[in-house]
This record gives sequence, structure tokens and C-alpha cells, in this order.
Amino acid sequence: MSDCRREWNREDELPVYLAGPINTGPKQRKSYGMFSSVEGAFDSKTIDFDDFAVGRKGSRTPRSGSRERLLDTGESNGKNPANAPEAPPSNAQVEHEGGDSATGVNASTANNTLLGECQHSKPQGEKLLIKGRRVVNDDLSMFADVYVEDGIIKEVGENLIVPGDVKVIEANGRMVIPGGIDVNTCFMKPFLDTYPVDDFLQGTKAALSGGTTMIIDHVSPQPDQSLLAAFERWQEAADKKACCDYSLHVDIPHWDETVKDELELLVQDKGINSFQVFMAYKDVFQMTDSELYQAFSFLKEMGAVVLVHAENGDLIAQEQSKILGMGITGPEGHPLSRPEELEAEAVFRAVTLGNRVNCPVYITKVMSKSAADTITQARRKGSVVFGEPITAGLATDGSHYWSKNWAKAAAYVTSPPLSPDPTTPDHLSTLLACGDLQVVGSAHCAYSVAQKAIGKDNFTLIPEGTNGVEERMGFVWDKAVAIGKMDENQFVAVTSTNAAKIFNLYPRKGRIAVGSDADIVIWDPDLMKTITAKDQQSASEYNIFEGLECRGGPALVLCQGRVVYEDGKLQAQQGTGRFIPRKPFPDLAYQRIKFRNQVNNKKGVTRGLYDGPVYEVPSMPKYITPSPSAKTSPTTNQPPPVRNLHQSNFSLSGAQVDDNVPRRSGHRIVAPPGGRSNITSLG
Amino acid sequence: MAERRANRDIADENDLPVYLARPGTADQIPRQKYGGLFCSVRDAFDGKSIDFDALSVGQSTPRSARRDTGQRARSPVSDAWSSPGLERRAERRAEKRAGERSMERALERSIETRSVESRSAASRSRRDKEALQNLGEQKSERLLIKGGRIVNDDQSFHADIYMEDGLIKQIGDNLIVPGGVKTVEANGKMVIPGGIDIHTHLQMPYRGTTTVDDFAQGTKAALAGGTTMIVDHVIPEPGCSLMGAFDQWRQWADEKSCCDYSLHVDITHWSDSVRDEVDALIKDKGVNSFQVYMAYKDYYQMSNSELYEVFTFLAERGGIAQVHAENGEIIAEEQARMLQMGITGPEGHVLSRPEELEAEAVFRAVTIASQTNCPLYVTRVMSKSAADIISLARKKGNVVFGEPITASLGTDGTHYWSKNWAKAASFVTSPPLSPDPTTPDYLHTLLSSGDLSVTGSAHCTFSVAQKAIGKDDFTQIPEGVNGVEERMALIWDKAVTTGKMDENMFVAVTSTNAAKILNLYPRKGRIAVGSDADLVIWDTDAVRTITAKTHNSAAEYNILEGLELRGAPQVVVCQGKIVVEDGNLHASSGVGRFIPCSPYPDFTYKRIKARKQMAVLKAVPRGMYDGPVSEYSLSRGGTPSASARTSPTKQPLRNLHQSGFTLSGPPTPDDLPIRPAGRRITVPPGGRSNITSLS
Repeated sequence: MSDCRREWNREDELPVYLAGPINTGPKQRKSYGMFSSVEGAFDSKTIDFDDFAVGRKGSRTPRSGSRERLLDTGESNGKNPANAPEAPPSNAQVEHEGGDSATGVNASTANNTLLGECQHSKPQGEKLLIKGRRVVNDDLSMFADVYVEDGIIKEVGENLIVPGDVKVIEANGRMVIPGGIDVNTCFMKPFLDTYPVDDFLQGTKAALSGGTTMIIDHVSPQPDQSLLAAFERWQEAADKKACCDYSLHVDIPHWDETVKDELELLVQDKGINSFQVFMAYKDVFQMTDSELYQAFSFLKEMGAVVLVHAENGDLIAQEQSKILGMGITGPEGHPLSRPEELEAEAVFRAVTLGNRVNCPVYITKVMSKSAADTITQARRKGSVVFGEPITAGLATDGSHYWSKNWAKAAAYVTSPPLSPDPTTPDHLSTLLACGDLQVVGSAHCAYSVAQKAIGKDNFTLIPEGTNGVEERMGFVWDKAVAIGKMDENQFVAVTSTNAAKIFNLYPRKGRIAVGSDADIVIWDPDLMKTITAKDQQSASEYNIFEGLECRGGPALVLCQGRVVYEDGKLQAQQGTGRFIPRKPFPDLAYQRIKFRNQVNNKKGVTRGLYDGPVYEVPSMPKYITPSPSAKTSPTTNQPPPVRNLHQSNFSLSGAQVDDNVPRRSGHRIVAPPGGRSNITSLG
Repeated sequence: MAERRANRDIADENDLPVYLARPGTADQIPRQKYGGLFCSVRDAFDGKSIDFDALSVGQSTPRSARRDTGQRARSPVSDAWSSPGLERRAERRAEKRAGERSMERALERSIETRSVESRSAASRSRRDKEALQNLGEQKSERLLIKGGRIVNDDQSFHADIYMEDGLIKQIGDNLIVPGGVKTVEANGKMVIPGGIDIHTHLQMPYRGTTTVDDFAQGTKAALAGGTTMIVDHVIPEPGCSLMGAFDQWRQWADEKSCCDYSLHVDITHWSDSVRDEVDALIKDKGVNSFQVYMAYKDYYQMSNSELYEVFTFLAERGGIAQVHAENGEIIAEEQARMLQMGITGPEGHVLSRPEELEAEAVFRAVTIASQTNCPLYVTRVMSKSAADIISLARKKGNVVFGEPITASLGTDGTHYWSKNWAKAASFVTSPPLSPDPTTPDYLHTLLSSGDLSVTGSAHCTFSVAQKAIGKDDFTQIPEGVNGVEERMALIWDKAVTTGKMDENMFVAVTSTNAAKILNLYPRKGRIAVGSDADLVIWDTDAVRTITAKTHNSAAEYNILEGLELRGAPQVVVCQGKIVVEDGNLHASSGVGRFIPCSPYPDFTYKRIKARKQMAVLKAVPRGMYDGPVSEYSLSRGGTPSASARTSPTKQPLRNLHQSGFTLSGPPTPDDLPIRPAGRRITVPPGGRSNITSLS
């Protein structure tokens, strides 16, 4: 369906290069809050999406063809035509002269007929003014009001002149931040036959009530399944149920040529730019280093971000059988068989692969100090690598695996496991604050106790996954901002903006700016909440943060321009979530890569032909063993059979070296005292 | 080896156990006055001459013959002299080893020269072939080194050294020695334990030929450079018997080697039969170190699982796991890419094996070793990043040793880009020399600080003609560089004369640490009474220029060509005989003995053993979980491969296990109440139909 959307876009849009001059139109400057001294300071920050044309499909594109863009300012009699600075007032007024806001909206929806359900199913034209003080983005905090219409932020500034029928929300000095983006959820990940208790409906509700207005879910096809089919299945389910915008990562469960075709299709037509590969789950999802190399190379060509589940699956399999052999079957076997060293090792390997291929690497679920340190070091050396700690890793530790309560211990089972080192959460939030780790996910994959009990006699069968989508933002605030590790801008960066940048959603998502989606959270830093499974939105019986106090939480959540959560009351609407397609080659990940590509051209040395003596390799070695392939040199790499043929060719070409004199020197070598006889005796 | 054990039995019959030995002697024993710098502490030297028989470490037959003191083959002349110092030493040993000491002494004193001779002959007859072959007619060669400064890894002191029968018999000032002893004046120069080159590939078979340096040529070069023992790698072809290869190498080396040698065995494939062979090699053949490969894909390379199994096994048996650390899979991909790009010259070698891949593999090896609690030895540390990983791992407490080689300490990888193909090709070795010119300096620094432990040479020389096998494809170039001869001088020049390292550390990294790791210490790697008489008088002022014209290797090319090195051996004593004196080599081929290494070297295994006791995993005792269990099926899926259908978290094998468990679950009634909840989960909207539509 995204296809048809785009078709439609093309017809109606002016090409970007024609749209250019629009920006240069005379603008009426507005006085902007405390930062107004620099004229146009905000203009430069309100990026024009249409120039970027990034992460934009359907709902956004009508605006980009600026002729038909709705200008609510028109209705206010052209008093402040530059309220939307990127649009020349004249143009808009020509289109909608005399129209009031309502007709404008109607016109818009009429134009957007092809947008389908997502536009129609929600109340259109809701106008909101968030009055308060502080708008917090990842780069600055400013005092401003935010005016929202049609699910899009129309104006940011002080003393905005807005239409009369606007609903006003008083932020009362609380922070206004971009809605959170949870980059890692698994709402439909099948385990054996069962699916997580939190599906897209339940899960996105939980997300919204925690201040997260967009999720990126993992499509997890089983090995041998089609990626495309799985993707469509996920999209269908999510379109029906999601209450907030969503996007999808696709996991690559196996590697072969057909997968390549599907990946290409997904990247180019479906708006997917991130794929996960597994270094763990031996014999199921795990890829060998060679496959990883090929996958990385291919995904880099496509401009996708490679997500890596980093754990050494071979060693885990060994440790698991060892630990089961020792009679340890409970959940404590899970962290015992997956020590953090194995995570760090795999991270190191993934980074190495990324460096070799020159490809951005994104490590999902950084759970341990050593893995995080490995990422830090790699970044210090200049690798393009991103790390994602999750709610569970930031707020609790792995000591609970040893709980006497089986159900409790099992609830913590996730991979990589939570580190039993109780100082880990602190370390991770420190790295998050200093920018060594970039984004926070939740890896929300909630299974009921009954589902977890599938592994009651064998920890390797416990479905893996913890909750966290609802608690994510609260805990980052509580563990990092409230204690002074992190400032509010960095908070916005790690919970929302960085994710949007890495996955090419920025600035549509992850920023409060004119033109961005109206996914806004009014954050109350003083809200105190005790986490308990009774109050949570998630359907799981157990909350791994049970009893933890968390300071900071959303007072109000605006999703697609609608208030969906206010003072503890959730008013989410099923099916309003739109799929947000993402374009490949996100700048944050790929700009450096592109430059490195240009620099890293390797060249051979131009030499004259070697014309000295060449030792002739006997076609058949003397000490023959059954496997001829194993017969070649110990010191060279095993040449594939093909290259052997190559080799024989080459000795023919060496015929020019027919002078026997140098070969005689070879003879001296071939028959060292006792050599030959010894060799034959070996066979 | 069976003989060796038999020998030990005999010795045991004759000896009294250590704990029965008398605490001291009541006899009047004239104390010898020790001169020199450290004489103020009486018995200072005694305490350091470790009693081998009590340790019974790294000792093979020639030594055990010495153990039965009653029949000790004592030189008639020395007996006739009955020097008090000698007497005392003999007694001290006797005290430890045997009771009835006084009787013995009486016996000894009463014995006449002839009978001693006959007894010594008798004792010799008990020695196995090795000993006979090795000692032969030079059995009673005696040598006195006067006026030297003995440098061990822990201290330096002035003393004379008296050697006999290939052993150091006395250390001290004003030794009383038999007449007619050949005396070497050291003139205050350093006397150091002979070097141990822990990594060589002499006479290595390669595609129907062998490296140009065989055991004779290679060990001659070693001796010329002050190295008196080499440890060679046995490389069985994949699929071949380890034992067969080991015997083959023994045969080659016994025929030709000019100095003592020992062997590592490379494990080139892994199976149960290999496991048994490894076991036999450790138990009966005196091999305690085994190399595995993480590179050479489809050939020597082992998977992580195999590495885990090998390491686990070696940790059980007291072996040392050596790794060739490079990520073979990525190398194979990179090689294909390089060839595709049209890079076929030797520079492709280093481009396709960047140092990151070495570091990655080292990291992985360290991880596996720490999981299996096995000591790890990384052969050929060639790059800064690999060395850094090792030093980080050591700082975290892992038992890991790193071995830089002559080439990586002496030169860098810029030569791969030489316009001269032959020159560029001669540097080809794996992991490759790092193109970063500051690498050698950095490795020397880590060697000085102890983060890297030993030095080898990885001496594996091919002629230019042999290298030219790969003239059109760098992956075909035989890998190997020279270095056995230059090793010690290079480290002296680059580390000691620059002030990075002191002379004791020099001894440690060139000799002592290697001996400790292989469990040969203190027989090798130390100048002490009872140690083998392998030592070197080191001339710190000699300056030599390395060139292929004068080196002892048969290779046409020397990678250190033109390098001026300060410091060289002036005299090399191997097995108690002077083999190098003022630049003249008098080595004789075939005198080298195989020195068996016993398992569980203290240097590596003491920590391992302690950790093993600590690292006991325990399960949490819990009541049975009797709550609801969600229904699931392992069989659904509809694709041909059932195993692939199962959960991401486990292996196919365990599934069978699992199905057994469902039967055993008596609390099935408990399932009932949960089903509604379960149903909600198992049928997500559109879930089932989608899945079926997939299959």
C-alpha cells in the first residue's frame, strides 16, 4: 500500500528542486521567547521536511506540494502569513482563499483520500495549543507554546496567534518534550506456539501511558519463512491494532540468495531500513562469520542499519549443555550459561565485522558492563557503532535469577541476560548520559507466567522477554536525570531523538519543531509512581520492576495531535497507528560511512613481473591421504579447489622460466638430508 | 618413555622418601667460603639451586640416573680430590633424596676410582637410548667459566660456573675443580641461560617440499644466535594421526638437531580419536602444549564449539592451549575481495588480514579460555591491537600469555609494498607484520612490562623460489619468516640497550618464561646448580649487521637485512660443550635431545587449579513450579525441517527432552484454568491464519 501512496505523491508533488524558491519568500518575523535575539534562530531549526523528503509518506506529502497545503493562517485573514515559514502566504491563499479552517480541513481530507484509514479514522482538524513554558528538544530548551493542528506541529513560539476554537492545554511550566520512540519491541514474536500477551493493542497502550508515542517492532520470521510474508503479516496486525505510529525492523533468520531479493524489496518498496542479524541461537537463527560478512556487505549496499543480537551462540550452546548436565534447570541457569563475556566477545566481533565491511552496526540490548565498554572503546577508535540498553538493563539487575520464586526468576529471563553485577544499571546509565550509548529501547516482549512455565524443567525453554515499554522513559528519568547524571536535553536525545536519527525518522519524529508530527509529551519530573503489575497497562501478570519507585512520568501524552493520555487516563484508539516507512541511508549512520568509502580505496603495488625461479608444486603430493583437499600447505589458506586449477594454469605460464639453473637451487631444498624418505614414511 | 618410568621405579627403590631424610648432618663438614658479591648470606646459592628430584619436573632419563645416589656416576677425578665443597653438595642432595646418608658417604669414600667407574657404567647402562645417544662419549666433558656475571631472571651476581656431564655442578667463587678442566674467561661479561626459542617450524613439510632450514641448519642458526633450545611445532595434516606426525618429527629432529628440543603439537582437526591421541601425547610422550587454529578456513580452522571442547579437554589434562588467532572466515571473504579487486601481490596478504581480525580472534580465544578455565597462549602477537587485548585480559586476571616474534619485534609490514616482489614476499607470514611502523616499539614496551611473556621466532624459511609459488596469487605464497638466529640480539638491541628492559627481564623473556610455561624450569632457563649446562656468555658491546650473506640459515633473504644490532653471544655452551666461540660454530648434528614437558606447569596451572575450586556452580533449590503451564506444541509449523521450527532458544536435541517432560507433568489439571488466558495468547488476531497461509 505504500506503493500506491507514493505513486500518488509523485503525481501531485512538485519536485523538490522546483519547490525551492518558496523558502525565500519574505517572512514576517515573530518574536520568539528568550532566544529571540538571534533572528531566524528557530527558522533554521525548523527543518523543511519537503527538502529532506525523509521518512515522509502519505499523510505528509500533501503539504509538500505546497500549492494545496492547508494554511490555517489564511483563515485568520492573513495576519500572520509567515506562521508557517516554509510556505509563501500568497500561494496558500490562492488555494484556499476565503476558506475557514473547517473547509480547509475538509479539502485536505478530500485530497488525501488515498491515505486510507489512518487519516479518516481519527478526528480530523483537532487544534491544540500547548501553553506552558519549556519546550525541550535534544539540542536546546526554550520557552514557547506549541500549536498543533491535524496531527502536525504548526507553530512553535511565544504569543502565538491561533484560531479561536482551539483547545488549550496548560503545561503549567512542566516540560514539553517530543514523544518517546521505543526502538525495540516484540509484540508478536512467536515462541513455540504462543505469542506474547502484549500484542500491538496492549503493547502500544502501555507505550502511550509511559510517554512513548512510537514503537519500532521486530518482525521475527522463522527460518525458512519468507521475510516479505512475515513483514506483511506484522504490518497487517499492527495496522489493525496499534494505537500509535509504528515502524518495523525485520530480523534475518537465515542467509541465502532469496533473502537478498527480499531485503532489496523491503528496503526499496516497503520502507524498512533496519535488519537484525543474530550471533546467538545456534542452529536456529545464528549466522556464521562469513554469512555475517556477506549480510553486512549487502545491507551496507542497501543503506540499511544492521542490528546485531550479540552473543556467542556456539559457546552458549556448550555452556547450556554443561549446565543442564550439572543438574541446573532453573532460571539461574540462564545467566550462568550466558555470561557477559560472551556478550562482550560477540560485540567485539560484530564491531570488527562492521569495521571491515565499513558498515554501521547497531547493537541491540546492551546488557552488561563489558559489552558496553567494548562499544565505548570501539567508538573511541572511530567505529560507527550504536548501542541500545533496554529498560530492564537500566533499572534492575540479574540477581533476581536466583530468586526462590520460580515465576519471579523466570520473568527476568531475556537474552542477553541481565547482568548479576548490581552496579551494571548505574554503569549503563552513565554511558548513556555521556553519549557512548545512544538510544534506549525496552525489548518489551511480555509472556505470561504460564507461558514462561513452558521452561519450568529446563531453563533453555523459558520464553525470553521482559516488560519495559511502559516504564522506559520513567526509568531513564529516574536513574539518570533525577540524580543529575543527564540533562533534560540528553534525556530527549536518548529516549527519542537519537532513535529517530539513526532510523531516519528525524525530524518528523523526535523533535518539537514546525512540521514535525504532533507526538508530544508533557513530562512531569515530580511525579512519583510505584511500579506494580496491578496498575500497568501491559497484560502480563508480572512486572520485573515490581515495587520500584520511579520519579518522573508523563502528565499528558499527545499522539498524532490527539490527547491520548491525561492524568492517568488513557484514551487510546485502536487502529490509529500508522506505519511510518523509513528511507535507507540515514545520515547519522551513513554520512561517515560514505566518506570512508571514498577514502578506503585499496590499490595494489605495480611491480614488474617476477621472473625468478619458481618452485614447482607437485601436482600430487607424495604423502597422500584420502582427502586431497587437505593436502595443501599448512601455511597458506586453503585455496578453494577452483583456485588450484588457477594454480596449475599459472605453472604453465611460468614456462618462460625454462632456465634450469634457478630450479636447481630449488632441488637443494626439495631433498634435504633425509627429507624425502621421511616424507614417504609419513604416508 | 616406558623405560623412563621403569627407571624412576628403580630410583624409587633406592631412595628413601623425602620426609624420612634426616634434618641435618652431624658430621663435621668444612664449609666452603663463597666469595663474590653475595657471599655474606651463607647458603645463598644453595637455596637457589633447586633440587630437581624433589620437584621431578621436566626431568627425563639422564637425570633420573643421577637420582640413585648410591650409584651416582661420579667422576673419578673429583672423587679422588674429595673436595669438601663437592662433598657437601653431594650430601645435601643425598640428604634430601635418601636416608642412610652416612652409610653412603662411608661407602663412597671407601670406594676406589675403578669401582666408581664400573658403577657409573652400570648406571649408564640403565639410561635409555636417548641418554646414550645424547651424552655419548662427551659424557665427562668439563668446563669452567670464570669471572662472569651470572644473570638469571631474578638476580645477577658474580660467580664462576663449573659444568660437568652437561650439567651445572657448582656455582661460586674460587671453586675447587678438577685439573685439566677447560676454562673460559668471561672477563666480567654476562653469563645468561641459553635462549629458548619457543616457536620454530624447522623442516616443515610444505606441498611436497620442506622449509629450507632443516633441524640441522635451523638449530645451528639458533646456536649461533645464543639459543640453546628450540620448541618446534608438529603439524599433522588434517585427518592424519597426531601420534604419527609426532613420531615423524621426533625422528627428524633426533637425526639432526644440534641442540635440545621439545615439541608442540598442532591440533588440526578435532574428533574423539584426536582426543585420545592428545591424551596419550600428554601422558606418555612429554608434550604439554597444543596449538589450535582460528584461521585457515576449511583447513585447519576450528569452530567456536570445537575450540571450546579442545580447551575444556586441555584444561582437564593440564595442557596449554596455544592459538593461532585470526578470524579465518573474514579473512577468506577479504581474500576473495582482494583478488577480485585485482590485488595479487604480497600487499594483498596484509590487506586481507588486517590487524583487527587478529585482535578479534585473540579476544574470542581469551573469552573461550576464560569460560573453560584453561591457560591460553597466543602465538605470534603481531599487532598493537592484539597485544592490547592480551594486556587487557591479563589485567582482568585471565591466564593468558602472548608471544611476539622476532619479525614483529624487529620490522614492520611496510615492506609488503616493496617494488621488489621477492623482498615483499619474504615478509609474508600470518598474522602479517603490521604496517604500522610503531608496532615493534610498542611490542617491546609490553614485553618489558611483562604484558607479553615470551618471545619466539616462528622461524619458517622458504627460498625465493618456494615463495614464488604465489607470484600470481598472494594466497599461495608460503608463509614464514626467519628469526631464530636474530631473536636474542634483536631484543637486546631494541629493548635492553634502549633502557626499556633490564638484563634480568631479558633473560626472562628470552628463556626463563618459556621454560616455566612449558614446565622445563628450572632444568632450562636458569643458571643454577643442577640445571642443564646451556648458557651463553653475552657480549653487550659486539655490533653485528644482519645480512643474508653471513647468517646461518639457508634462506636467501633475511627480513632484517641491514639491521645493525648491538649485543651478541660470545660463547655459547650447549649441553656443557662450547658450540660457539668467537663467531666459530662447532655444532654437531644429532646431539639434540628431546626434552619431555610434563603437564600442569605451575606457572600456568596454579591459578587455574585454585579457580577451578572456586568456580562451582550451584542450582537454586526451589519448590516445584506448580502453576499453570501454557500449551504449546513443538511439532506445528508445516515446514519440512522440524528442527528449524522450534523456539529460538534451544537446540533440536533438547526438544526431544522436552516432549518427555510434558508427559511427566501430572499437574495437567492445573492447565485447565489457564487455558482461557492461554487461548487469548495463542490466537492473536490474524495470527493463525497467517501462519497457515505461510506454510
